[in-house]
Amino acid sequence: MEVNKLQTQEEQDNDLLQKNIILTSFDTVLKWARSNSLWPLSSGLACCAIEMMSAAAARFDLSRFGYEVFRASPRQADLLIVAGTVTWAMAGPLKRLYEQMPEPKYVIAMGSCANSGGPFADSYSVVPGVDKILPVDVYIPGCPPRPEALIHGMLELKRKIKNPEVARRKL
Amino acid sequence: MLKTETFTLNMGPQHPSTHGVLQVVLELDGETVVQAIPNMGYLHRGIEKLAESRTYAQFIPYTDRLDYVSSMGNNLGYCQTVEKMIGIKVPERAEYLRIIMTELNRIASHLIFMGSLAIDLGASTGMMFGFRSRERILDLFDMACGARQTYTYIRFGGVSADIPSEFIPALQRFLADFPAMLDEYHRLLTGNEILYHRLKNTGLISGQRALEIGLTGPALRASGVDYDIRKVEPYGIYDRFDFSVPLGQVGDCWDRYIVRMEEMKQSASIVTQALEQMPEGTVMATIPKVLKPPAGEVYHSIENPRGELGFYIVSDGGTNPYRLHVRRPSFINLQVLNETCQGLLIGDVVAVLATLDSLMGEVDC
Amino acid sequence: MSNRDINNSLAELQARYLEDVKIIGEEAQSALLALPHRLLDILEFLKTNESYQFNMLRNLTAVDYLEYIEVVYHLYSLPLRQAITVKTRCGMEDSQIPSATVIWPSANFQEREIYDLLGVRFTEHPDLRRILLRDEFDGHPLRKTYNIGNAGERR
Repeated sequence: MEVNKLQTQEEQDNDLLQKNIILTSFDTVLKWARSNSLWPLSSGLACCAIEMMSAAAARFDLSRFGYEVFRASPRQADLLIVAGTVTWAMAGPLKRLYEQMPEPKYVIAMGSCANSGGPFADSYSVVPGVDKILPVDVYIPGCPPRPEALIHGMLELKRKIKNPEVARRKL
Repeated sequence: MLKTETFTLNMGPQHPSTHGVLQVVLELDGETVVQAIPNMGYLHRGIEKLAESRTYAQFIPYTDRLDYVSSMGNNLGYCQTVEKMIGIKVPERAEYLRIIMTELNRIASHLIFMGSLAIDLGASTGMMFGFRSRERILDLFDMACGARQTYTYIRFGGVSADIPSEFIPALQRFLADFPAMLDEYHRLLTGNEILYHRLKNTGLISGQRALEIGLTGPALRASGVDYDIRKVEPYGIYDRFDFSVPLGQVGDCWDRYIVRMEEMKQSASIVTQALEQMPEGTVMATIPKVLKPPAGEVYHSIENPRGELGFYIVSDGGTNPYRLHVRRPSFINLQVLNETCQGLLIGDVVAVLATLDSLMGEVDC
Repeated sequence: MSNRDINNSLAELQARYLEDVKIIGEEAQSALLALPHRLLDILEFLKTNESYQFNMLRNLTAVDYLEYIEVVYHLYSLPLRQAITVKTRCGMEDSQIPSATVIWPSANFQEREIYDLLGVRFTEHPDLRRILLRDEFDGHPLRKTYNIGNAGERR
């Protein structure tokens, strides 16, 4: 006959704790929260902006990842997706937008114009890549990148936020 | 001592409702607009100067990026201009494919107009609906040329490749579904009292003023002027199709909205007719590998969803254009912004901007 | 409009304005080259006269031909369905061309663009300042003498 060993009170408490409480570091919780709800700034500049809008629309649905809350004001955003060609005229306002965003903030360069100037790299008025004026976290190639590519880029950013050592260069 | 003075409010270049990087400097007397001065150039990429250091064929992808939601139309305008310079005859099947693609692109562009008009006025689901239908069209383009947005499908002498076998059934399914979609949007938007009251009698532009200020496209036709290049100076094979050109009566935002909704219906009809008439055959004429148009110049314009898109090319007989100028409808249409917005409220400025439907890639070039 | 009609119209205009105009180009590329001081008269005539009625300024642009800059006006008559090209020339430095905004307000932005990118000054323009480039920008990029290589990193 099987005898069910009665659990002591301590063992019962342990079980309860294991099933209902997660022990972790504060840092990990913050990283988890931030990476799962990035609030992008609606900062579409050119053609890539339309693909960004398509990614937020019903078919590709950024909101399944928690990223659909595009904010109009930089004070409330934490992700700047530079979608489109950056001209020297727009560089000033873009830098100011970035500075207005509160920390921690991230930048995604979407499309070849933001990565390196794209087909307009040798023009007199185009910044050859937004990383000349802003620190970029993720580069998404394409002209324009498909919405799936933008989603992949944002998931890479999520991975980077959760594991910052991914981005650290070996010195 | 009380006195009032006007207040300068800056709208843009980063703004959800300016359709790109447009800065409108509003001088306000309370909520009423006294001046609305557009400042452009935040997306000026120097495309006309770049044209002088690219060959004619290398420039085709740049035309995609002008008015980036009607790329097929831009390709068509440029390719037809160069074909006019050299005298290339395009095969029949390619002509029909061009018509199908440009008219589908017109529908896609007007769907973006509809979606952004809805979201600018506060109905955010409108954008979802517009983009949902547009995805059907983008799937068709993806099937035909592999790209969703900047196609470079229309080339000198025809189109880059013939359509795959699954294209026509998919297109027919879309055409069968589209009237129901359009009806739904009419029920949701056209039948919406709030939209009606915000757009009706807002931003009036008279026909005479519209002609003088250089308006073209649906904004001009909404003011009652019958100028559609597809009818007035048919290019390609547009004279073989039976379609009507919707005209507005008073030239307010409502008319500009309704004209574009009607144009979508007409475009779907043109695509249906083109499908019926399209013959088999080649899709690309035989043209030399390196194009050197004879020295001279040509101006050719087409009816793009935003207005008259014209290309003026001066050739010196070499492989690169000597001068290439793009007559951009959105750029010239923006001239009417200031006078139309005077006396309106800030919310109406958003409505006027949305119905003028300017795209900054084209404004700044 | 057929080439014959264009040639007839151009011939009539030549006869009317004598040494102030010249017909240049052949066939479909023929245009009326006018001297700057008669330009506004000719454009006004083309717009208001019954047999021409060019009520639309379709396109206004300019080309740098190294020794001179040529300003090109593409006009269209909606009632009569005909098109004509009018040109005028100016020097590289002293480019004073009368503004066509008094005749067609649609010339406004286009003339500003020509001023911005090519450096052509239009007299009597209501608001002649740069439109596509920032006010502080130095030079006129569409000129053949403007070397793109010069524009590099700029703060």
